[in-house]
Amino acid sequence: MKTLYRNARLVCPATGERDGSLLVEGDRIAATGVVEAPADAAIVDCRGKWLAPAIVDLGVFAVDKAACIAGGIARVGLMPDQSPILDDPGIVQRAAASGKPELWVHPIAAATRELKGIDLAEMAINAEAGARGVATGRGWIADSGVMARVLGYARDLGLAVIAHAEDSGLAANTVATAGETATRLGLPAAPAVAEALAIARDLMLAEQSGARIHFRQVTTAAGFDLIRRAKARGIAVTCGITPAHLLLSDKAVSDFRTFTRLSPPLRDESDRVAALTALADGTINVLCSGHDPRGPEEKRLPFVDAAPGMSGAETLLALSLTAARSADLSLAQVFDRLSRQPAKLMGLDCGTLEAGMAADLVLFDANSPWQIVADAMVARAGNTPFDGLPVEGRVLQTIKGGVRLTA
Amino acid sequence: MPPSDHRPATLLPGGAVFPHRHLTGIAGLQPHEITFLLDEAEQWVEANRNRAKSDRRLDGVTQINAFFENSTRTLLSFEIAGKRLGADVVNMTVAASSVKKGETLIDTAVTLNAMRADVIVIRHMASGAVGLIADKVDCPVLNAGDGAHEHPTQALLDALTIRRRRGNIQGQRVVICGDILHSRVARSNILALTALAADVRVVAPTTLMPPAIEAMHVTPFTDFDAALEGADVVMMLRLQNERMSGAYIPSTREYHRRYGLTPERLARAQPDALVMHPGPMNRGVEITSSVADLPGRSAITEQVEMGVAVRMACLDVLTRRSRGVEGWA
Repeated sequence: MKTLYRNARLVCPATGERDGSLLVEGDRIAATGVVEAPADAAIVDCRGKWLAPAIVDLGVFAVDKAACIAGGIARVGLMPDQSPILDDPGIVQRAAASGKPELWVHPIAAATRELKGIDLAEMAINAEAGARGVATGRGWIADSGVMARVLGYARDLGLAVIAHAEDSGLAANTVATAGETATRLGLPAAPAVAEALAIARDLMLAEQSGARIHFRQVTTAAGFDLIRRAKARGIAVTCGITPAHLLLSDKAVSDFRTFTRLSPPLRDESDRVAALTALADGTINVLCSGHDPRGPEEKRLPFVDAAPGMSGAETLLALSLTAARSADLSLAQVFDRLSRQPAKLMGLDCGTLEAGMAADLVLFDANSPWQIVADAMVARAGNTPFDGLPVEGRVLQTIKGGVRLTA
Repeated sequence: MPPSDHRPATLLPGGAVFPHRHLTGIAGLQPHEITFLLDEAEQWVEANRNRAKSDRRLDGVTQINAFFENSTRTLLSFEIAGKRLGADVVNMTVAASSVKKGETLIDTAVTLNAMRADVIVIRHMASGAVGLIADKVDCPVLNAGDGAHEHPTQALLDALTIRRRRGNIQGQRVVICGDILHSRVARSNILALTALAADVRVVAPTTLMPPAIEAMHVTPFTDFDAALEGADVVMMLRLQNERMSGAYIPSTREYHRRYGLTPERLARAQPDALVMHPGPMNRGVEITSSVADLPGRSAITEQVEMGVAVRMACLDVLTRRSRGVEGWA
């Protein structure tokens, strides 16, 4: 089965942006650019809209197919913080199949048994069962000896370690970043340096072992400085961020709105500006949604009792484009962070429009304006801190393995 | 300090002087609105002292005191305030242990609302919880303390005490000493006193001082003796038991050495400086008995007295719209 997507504005992280066509054969991209239509190909007219590799959302907390299809996401890296926790091959295998057929779910296995940060989990067996990396989960591994062994063991297997960077001694039982807002609201808060402390230790351990380490979210100026310097030294480190930390500061917490309760918490405005700089200069490798739908029973609570997290899958593209305008990134660079780099991190053959890649595509209109409305979201819950925000960039069609998906 | 250029409350017609439905905090109140509540409280101070005529203006009003955190004094104060005005006062106290989750909180709010309360007084251990309930009910909500966020009636009664004893609040140097980090009393007092142009100093060891407290327009000190220089008012905060044993301060003995208000320390303040404490006191920890009971200087029992008057004023003002008071309906 062949399909030709013609009259498209092709956005490829590898080759840049140009007008042209894209031929899909089966579930693979067969050719990109100036392509003659084969006689037996179905023709899809893209009407000059943008065609890019579908988003690979690294580090979601729920398999939410509707939200992913609406968000142009064909693949997710699923965090191990599930019930049950992804620390056993049977559970990993079941998770890997849980998105079929509309969504590729690539499980990230727990680095330690039950994510307790004590005993190593069965990384090799879990990798055979489909895990595409190991993660510390929502928390930090406090014991440096355990983290050193996690990194060393994962290095042996060629698995990337996905780490959460918040020093647990400082951040335990806190819900905000120390600063004026937390002080005025009387919220338990941790200093922003809790992140840099965690990153500094993990970087030293990663350098020692030679392991690949990915910080799922880095959100502070001090954190970015550490990552920048580590990259310059040649350490195999990457990091990601969600649009929330690029577009919001802790001022957004001012009315105790629990949709702004995130982990790590929203930071000072100076850190937000540093994040935009880090996005612009390539320090940040991955844009991700951190998709974590939470219903009213977990969010309609006092701020300190509410669960952290935001529903982000269907707003990821539009908000990334918003941040990209501030950071002066091209569309090809945006999809480098949304698709190519996360795919590379998990060892997937997708993320660009080059021939031979999986035909995971997103057709979108980069200029179409719309308004984010929490109540109208298709995700399992509409807990977005961006309720009411006007944005530009709308997903028109998500294509996975050559199949056009409908929400 | 430049004099305040706010319009006097007396120039505003009827309910325009206090356009708020709830009292969830001092934040959001204009200086003239704070002054208005203080002015309203004055009449109840006199009335409570005379006890000559009883006032029945809240006759038929159902006041529910929903306390999710242990309290004796504040609950009693609100109960007496309501009863002195003729309200039907119902107390609902929920042991802290049985309510951990907020589902119960919202459910409780909806339940109280369905019972057609006319005013609800709430204390809760989570910052922001009272505001959450206020959004869910149809009647006025009065915050009796939420987490480390606000305790507005405490700030009002403290301001009233200072105004009556010192003649004015503007320009007074007020030193607040103790666990600023976890104190809703400190936050509300800072907001009220700075709004009324007092010169506020806060004193605590760094472990009990919130970061960025300067943003609230106060001067932070770690040295109590230095902060006391020229003080007109010394307000001591209660040190909670759970903070005493090493996590935030090494011991009560050491805390007393550095931050206990003793007669020698008090001598650094103005000769007529006022001593205040929201109670209940840890005698011998943050304050010595000789200071707490100092005649002419300690305003601690007066604070309790002002508390009833201020709460009467708040209950009266907040229910004026539903009671159809002329100019407020």
